[in-house]
Amino acid sequence: MILQLATGGLLLGCIYGLVSMGLSLIYGVMGIVNFAHGAFVMLAMYASYWLSLFVGIDPVLGTPLVALLMFGFGIVVYRAIIGRVLRGPFLARLLVTFGLSIFFINMAQFLWSPDYRMVQKSISRGIIMLGPVFIELPKLVASIGSLIVAGLIYWFLRKTKTGLAIQAISIDRSAAALMGINLERLNAIAFGLGLACAGAAGALLASYYYIFPDVGTMFGLVALVAVALGGFGSTEGALIGAILIGIIETLGGFYVGPEYKYALIFLAYVLIVIARPKGLMGWGAD
Amino acid sequence: MLNVSSVSAGYGGVPALSDVSLHIRPGEIVTIVGSNGTGKSTLARVISGLVRPTAGEIVFDGKRIDRLPPHEVVKLGLVHVPEGRHVFGKLTVEENLKLGAYTQSDSAAVRERLDYVCKLFPLLAERKNQKAGSLSGGQQQMLALGRGLMTNPRLLILDEPSLGLAPKLVEELFDSIKSISREGLTILLIEQRVLEALELSHRGYVLQNGRIVLEGPSRDLIDSDMVRKAYLGM
Repeated sequence: MILQLATGGLLLGCIYGLVSMGLSLIYGVMGIVNFAHGAFVMLAMYASYWLSLFVGIDPVLGTPLVALLMFGFGIVVYRAIIGRVLRGPFLARLLVTFGLSIFFINMAQFLWSPDYRMVQKSISRGIIMLGPVFIELPKLVASIGSLIVAGLIYWFLRKTKTGLAIQAISIDRSAAALMGINLERLNAIAFGLGLACAGAAGALLASYYYIFPDVGTMFGLVALVAVALGGFGSTEGALIGAILIGIIETLGGFYVGPEYKYALIFLAYVLIVIARPKGLMGWGAD
Repeated sequence: MLNVSSVSAGYGGVPALSDVSLHIRPGEIVTIVGSNGTGKSTLARVISGLVRPTAGEIVFDGKRIDRLPPHEVVKLGLVHVPEGRHVFGKLTVEENLKLGAYTQSDSAAVRERLDYVCKLFPLLAERKNQKAGSLSGGQQQMLALGRGLMTNPRLLILDEPSLGLAPKLVEELFDSIKSISREGLTILLIEQRVLEALELSHRGYVLQNGRIVLEGPSRDLIDSDMVRKAYLGM
């Protein structure tokens, strides 16, 4: 039983991990907490839903497309809103993404109704047995997909010139500027990448999860906790924190009661932050 | 090569520099001396574009740069190695050096620069896979200097390169600066080690409370009463 639950937790944790990685990246580079991250997951889920309904693209197969769309959307949102607000006062920087979140969720309710939707014919369906453990195929596919995207982002940050520049900014902004790195341009790319993570996760989730305007909120919150757990600014830490949370959620939900599963996550968060304010692997932006 | 005329700057309304003018000719080493908190670093930050001047004009190679963002200034060949080294501690030595060459797109030229820097500081080549944060202070200073050189600068601003270094290392560092200069690089050196810095340079400026109070050939400054009293303790 515990193996079954731990597997479920691990699978869920991988998706949380991808969402968290995006959040962590954005925080590391521009020092803002993206409270709208969950709302972007939601938007990606709707995008994926319509792509499957009207164009006939399966959510899983459409993941790269949705990720790309969200990357572009991220650049636009950065150029139009975030970049301007970053030059403004502290309170505005703190609240801008919060406002965006409220805006997008209410926009979704207004335009698309609060009804629950679901992608009807996803290619990944069914259950497989792995030894004594039942695994729902859509969840397995989504988790593996999340790990692949997370791996790609990790590779990009480590091995490309642009990725190196993004890391440099998150370590020391002004030193990065002195290297000739265009902060505004790289901020926009990092914001786009962060949203691409949320977008890919949303598309993968859309293959089996209900879709409704508020669906992203919990993902956003969980990602926030995962990032704090792993240490703000550490993308690997965010991934590990997220997997930890996935496991706490499923194990706690079963042994303590499903109504307490989120309470347990936040309790774990409070305890870890008291013990290690910088998170498990944190170094953070200055 | 660089002309700073009547520049003033401050932080949040508190003035740090007032009416500062200086110039640097190609191939020179020019030193700015002064004690802590006199605006030396602010001056470096204003020139490299990290801080916007509130008044005055800065011209580099005939081009006004006082309204440019730092990454544009770097592209013109004016490179600032900041005080406190500011190496990227979580990245390796090699990655730090590569970031120095961020503006260069010609990979053959970058490799050539890398060879040059490794020859100048062999230690960096030895430790290229080590995290920059694990280097000693002196090694980090070499890395910061090497990283600046990777940018292929024509004017190098060195802000307090000797800060926190043991005397023997300071000597080595100043020797490196001399040899870099001999290869035709123009250098603006900002230092608290007044005597060593002036001995190394052609001309100097003395900054006090955000103003330039004395300027001239380094020899004259070393011999001047004011410098001897205030900075050399004689």
